[in-house]
Amino acid sequence: MTRWNEKTSRALIEETHKRGETLTMALRALVDTFGYVDEAAIAPLMQTFARSRAEVLGVIAYYDDFRTTPPGRHVVRLCQAEACQAVGARELTAHICAKTGLSLGQTSDDGALTLEGVYCLGLCANGPAALIDDAPMAELDKDRLDAKLAALKL
Amino acid sequence: MTARVYIPADMLSLALGADEVAKAIAETAKAEDTDIDIVRTGSRGACWAEPLIEVETDAGRVAYGKISKNDVPGLFDAEFLQGGTHEKSLGLTEDIPYLKNQQRFIFKNCGLYDPCDIDAYEAHGGFAGLRVALQKSPKPITEEVQISGLRGRGGAGFPAAIKWRTVLGAEDPQKYVVCNADEGDSGTFSDRLIMEGDPFRLIEGMVIAGFATRAKNGVIYLRSEYPIAKTVLRKAITRAKAAGWLGTNIKGSGRTFNISLFVGGGSYVCGEETALLESLEGNRGIVRAKPPLPAYEGLFGKPTLINNVITLCAVPDILAKGGAWHASLGTGRSTGTMPFQLSGDVKYGGLVEVPFGMSLRALLDDFGGGTRSGLPIKAVQIGGPLGAYLPPRLFDTPLTYEAFAALGAGLGHGGVVVFNENTDMRAQARYAFEFCAHESCGKCTPCRIGAVRGAEILAKDAPDLALVEDLCEVMIDGSACAMGSMTPVPVQSAITHFPDDFAAQPQKMAQ
Ligand SMILES: Cc1cc2nc3c(=O)[nH]c(=O)nc-3n(C[C@H](O)[C@H](O)[C@H](O)COP(=O)(O)O)c2cc1C
Ligand code: SF4
Ligand code: FES
Repeated sequence: MTRWNEKTSRALIEETHKRGETLTMALRALVDTFGYVDEAAIAPLMQTFARSRAEVLGVIAYYDDFRTTPPGRHVVRLCQAEACQAVGARELTAHICAKTGLSLGQTSDDGALTLEGVYCLGLCANGPAALIDDAPMAELDKDRLDAKLAALKL
Repeated sequence: MTARVYIPADMLSLALGADEVAKAIAETAKAEDTDIDIVRTGSRGACWAEPLIEVETDAGRVAYGKISKNDVPGLFDAEFLQGGTHEKSLGLTEDIPYLKNQQRFIFKNCGLYDPCDIDAYEAHGGFAGLRVALQKSPKPITEEVQISGLRGRGGAGFPAAIKWRTVLGAEDPQKYVVCNADEGDSGTFSDRLIMEGDPFRLIEGMVIAGFATRAKNGVIYLRSEYPIAKTVLRKAITRAKAAGWLGTNIKGSGRTFNISLFVGGGSYVCGEETALLESLEGNRGIVRAKPPLPAYEGLFGKPTLINNVITLCAVPDILAKGGAWHASLGTGRSTGTMPFQLSGDVKYGGLVEVPFGMSLRALLDDFGGGTRSGLPIKAVQIGGPLGAYLPPRLFDTPLTYEAFAALGAGLGHGGVVVFNENTDMRAQARYAFEFCAHESCGKCTPCRIGAVRGAEILAKDAPDLALVEDLCEVMIDGSACAMGSMTPVPVQSAITHFPDDFAAQPQKMAQ
């Protein structure tokens, strides 16, 4: 992830617009680059895409992928959907929540870890599944997940 | 002779360490001064055996299943490069019963070669359908699709040809073909496997759809949870353009078709076609009122064909082999094959492409092999989060659109999730409401509020089931899309088939 900066942010927004792409794509570019949409990017987004502040904020709020605060340095996204439930995703989620003291959607105070739920990663035949910093994980159990977390050196 | 080793690089295999395996094999071969050629492929869809690696031998490809990097020294000791026997040997890939007993055409090449190797695609019959389409005007292409009986594989099972014809008939210089690659249904991964494993098939299907409707622009709406598919599709689109199968003046025909890729934002409802269009236009994914149908007024108000990935991937063979060939597969009005996806507590999870008509029990027993845990099966959920929970006594139902509609259920996108006897069906019903509450776009009150109330009621120690029933009625009648109108399907089927789980009982707090 790149640290947020005005210049890159503006460039990303302008490039998206020049390519004839829409607001959702500009938000995607910002989130892929910085991990979130900074408040200072809202005004340029409004201007470039001729949208009100409420519209821009509404679009950001609608999508699970878009956020307005920086995520933790590491992001663990655990699948919560049915095929993973069938092989213990609920228990695994309870385990990691208890271990980290976070509930889904929260970031630790030191900014090291964000825990999120996700609804299916397409790894359903080999659940429970997760994404850890965008790397896919499957056939998880408590031990494997603990080992992966330990490797992050939170 | 240089030994050739095939190692999958799809998202699941990567999750299970396929890159480490490839690295270990390359390093060991180098240390032993052995020439090898490692080809990274898509997945064969035998998810239970991933990472499944293969070696080319005179007798055919020999497979080794569930390989980790720790197995690599042993594989070399067993002379696997010559097809030697090892405790993880699966024999000749083509003889593995799980694969041999399928009847694949959509997935027949998945896992055979580097997904972005356009020459390999062509050598395996790729672009034969598009070649036929290049010789035809739009109407005969659509007629072939009509004869095939192809129905949409995204969930609703709507006849593809009707949509195609409507878009063709809508006069407008600007039209779109949108591929729905949002694959939001839990328990489904066929779109992912084909996009990661044989992307040119999707591209070919989209170009044919473009020719058939006189649309020049295509968009793939890909869910953000599929990063590998994004990389593979990008590369494949570039290569298809370079080879003249995409872009302006395709293969000298004077016809044009372009494809762009759009990555979604993590919303289930954006898989609904009109919400998807809103999302593409840069808005919140709020479902549009129909009419107008997207075929008349779709993306940016222009006539738009929207089809699922698998629907479009069935098209090349329909053109190459004829619609009648496709119609001869399956039963009744469920023609062709369906790539079912087995997941959850199942021993042999993975992709099973078979003609419609096999019984659910045969799918679960002959392919699934029972549960991974060894416990008896309590229920399966078919067709994603809006699909029914069915008990074993209904497992003899044939897998056809008609038979499942008669049960008040559906096949959806072909996901089959297995639950063992320890499953609390009330928790599953409650989850269906919670998921709806989380994903609802908010347009209809019964969906937005009903789902929240439903989850609350089912969280009570003694749930008022009559009230749940009333709520479901209101949601069915008063919702603009299937999110609201079909959330009652898992709820009501769970209550009907597993009444004991809904008796008064202390409930754990929600997380
Ligand atoms: C809530 C909801 C989610 C949907 N999600 C998907 C999806 O992820 N993929 C898909 O192809 N169709 C999905 N659909 C169905 C689409 O609205 C549409 O019917 C389909 O894309 C049409 O393509 P087909 O005719 O080829 O199936 C969804 C529908 C609803 C109501
Ligand atoms: S049923 Fe739900 S998701 Fe569908 S349009 Fe209505 S509120 Fe939106
Ligand atoms: S349900 Fe968890 S990966 Fe699909």
